[in-house]
Amino acid sequence: MNIVVCLKQVPGTTQVKIDPETNTLVRQGIKNVVNPYDTYALEEGIRLKERYGGKVTALSMGPPQAEEMLREAIASGADEAILLSDRAFAGADTLATAYTLSRAIKNIEDCDLVICGRQTIDGDTGQVGPELAETLGFSFVSYVNKIEEAAAGCMRVQRMIEEGHETIETSLPAVISVVKEINVPRLPSLRGIARARSTTITILTANDLGADMNMVGLAGSATKVIRIFSPERACRGKILEGDLETQVTGLIEKLRESKII
Amino acid sequence: MDFELLTKGRELANTLKTELCAVCLGHNINDINQLIKYGADKVYLIDDPALATNQEDLYTGELVRLIREHKPEIFLAGATSLGRSLIPRVAAILRTGMSADCTGLDIDTENRWLLQTKPSYGGNIMAIITCPDKRPQIASVRPRVFKAIPNSNHQGQIIKVDFKKEAVTSRTKLLGFVEDITEKVKIEDADIIVAGGRGVGKMENFKLIEELSHVLGAAVGATRPPVDEGWTTYSHQIGQTGKTVSPKLYIACGISGAVQHTAGISTSETIVAINNDPNAPIFEVATYGIVGDLFQVLPLLIRKLKST
Repeated sequence: MNIVVCLKQVPGTTQVKIDPETNTLVRQGIKNVVNPYDTYALEEGIRLKERYGGKVTALSMGPPQAEEMLREAIASGADEAILLSDRAFAGADTLATAYTLSRAIKNIEDCDLVICGRQTIDGDTGQVGPELAETLGFSFVSYVNKIEEAAAGCMRVQRMIEEGHETIETSLPAVISVVKEINVPRLPSLRGIARARSTTITILTANDLGADMNMVGLAGSATKVIRIFSPERACRGKILEGDLETQVTGLIEKLRESKII
Repeated sequence: MDFELLTKGRELANTLKTELCAVCLGHNINDINQLIKYGADKVYLIDDPALATNQEDLYTGELVRLIREHKPEIFLAGATSLGRSLIPRVAAILRTGMSADCTGLDIDTENRWLLQTKPSYGGNIMAIITCPDKRPQIASVRPRVFKAIPNSNHQGQIIKVDFKKEAVTSRTKLLGFVEDITEKVKIEDADIIVAGGRGVGKMENFKLIEELSHVLGAAVGATRPPVDEGWTTYSHQIGQTGKTVSPKLYIACGISGAVQHTAGISTSETIVAINNDPNAPIFEVATYGIVGDLFQVLPLLIRKLKST
């Protein structure tokens, strides 16, 4: 199986603040990490390769420092890594990101499966996977928690929805997005780490991809962020007083008074 | 969810002085007139046995076809797992912008832009997003954020649309479905929810949460750690990667109140927090807080509720 895993480098915390003067996110002192959901995507790609043979390519779009993350992906077991990095890609929304990723995947011969994490912890959109599937013309299954079986041209998976689990058969090539329930990612092996050091990460620009410049980065983005702000945390709290007995009795009274129970 | 969307859609359509249309895909759908009562001027109904179960490929194709034909300015859908997986595909085919899981929608009347408030960084940052040049402007909306308000005087029409079976083929096939929830009360519909967090400590202790919920006729909810630990199943998970709920009463036991969780409960009418850490952020959103050991508070609460 020829597998592409999409990875994104994100800030290592969601506890981010806004600089009141510039109205931009304070990124200083925050370490970048691989988006946690993408680690499950990578692990599943490696497991599929171990089960069915083939190749895993780790793919990311981002600034040059994302190369470090891709090296870690190699250390964990990816065979190759490609970084799409170009100033022209900056400011991309999900539509432009999906287009840019699709250009790289089209150049990978006989891609059977693209695996993404369910969403990133920075943007929280969960849109790149489904948008990528349509841009590539691949089939799509979201929230996959188990890959039951893969065969030539098709695959059977389980996915999580609100009410339970669906079993779905999909044709290949496909894009799937995975949830954390799918596996427990492994740690890099010593051999992997050594290999990661000596592997060359392919870096491709818009030009290398033959990308339409009107479809990448800010120019290719349909959405614009006009403002960001920190949500107000409504402080309506009333801590009950007295000993435990009094507090519990007080609580029950209050709930009964307002006919809640 | 449908009624919440229609109520909000009606408000936006009034501001824009335009029509509100609903699209309904499925088979043998009951109470289709309800969609009019909640504000739709037109309901496009595609009824076919092939659409009876979730068929994302077919739904995608049909929605794209209808949008191309009727060219709406705005297209809204629920940010359910179906919506979040399906609507971005529609947006990609139409090559337009979208924002996911919105908690606020407004109109910039000067430009006729949809102002989409979207949480990111797990709810720590809110962004207002627009789609200035492409149409439709697409947003998926977090369930239970907007209120559903009926208006029985509202008039509208139902327009039956033929399902063009030949036009779209499905590359995915639904083979089976296993329902998770073993209980009678579904958390999305429950008036009262008793939820446990990391502070519950271990699986045996989770029974205490279940016992209190039983006494109150409530549903059981959980934050992510109890689900990760296997004390309960994912269908009980509330928060950013679980469900959004809006009960009359939410009792948070041993829940610290990380924004990833509180994002899913913020529209609850009354929140009770029981936690031994007086500095836990859950107390900021709680209506009533009890600072104490939940293993003392809950048994006492259960006993008192039973006896009176």
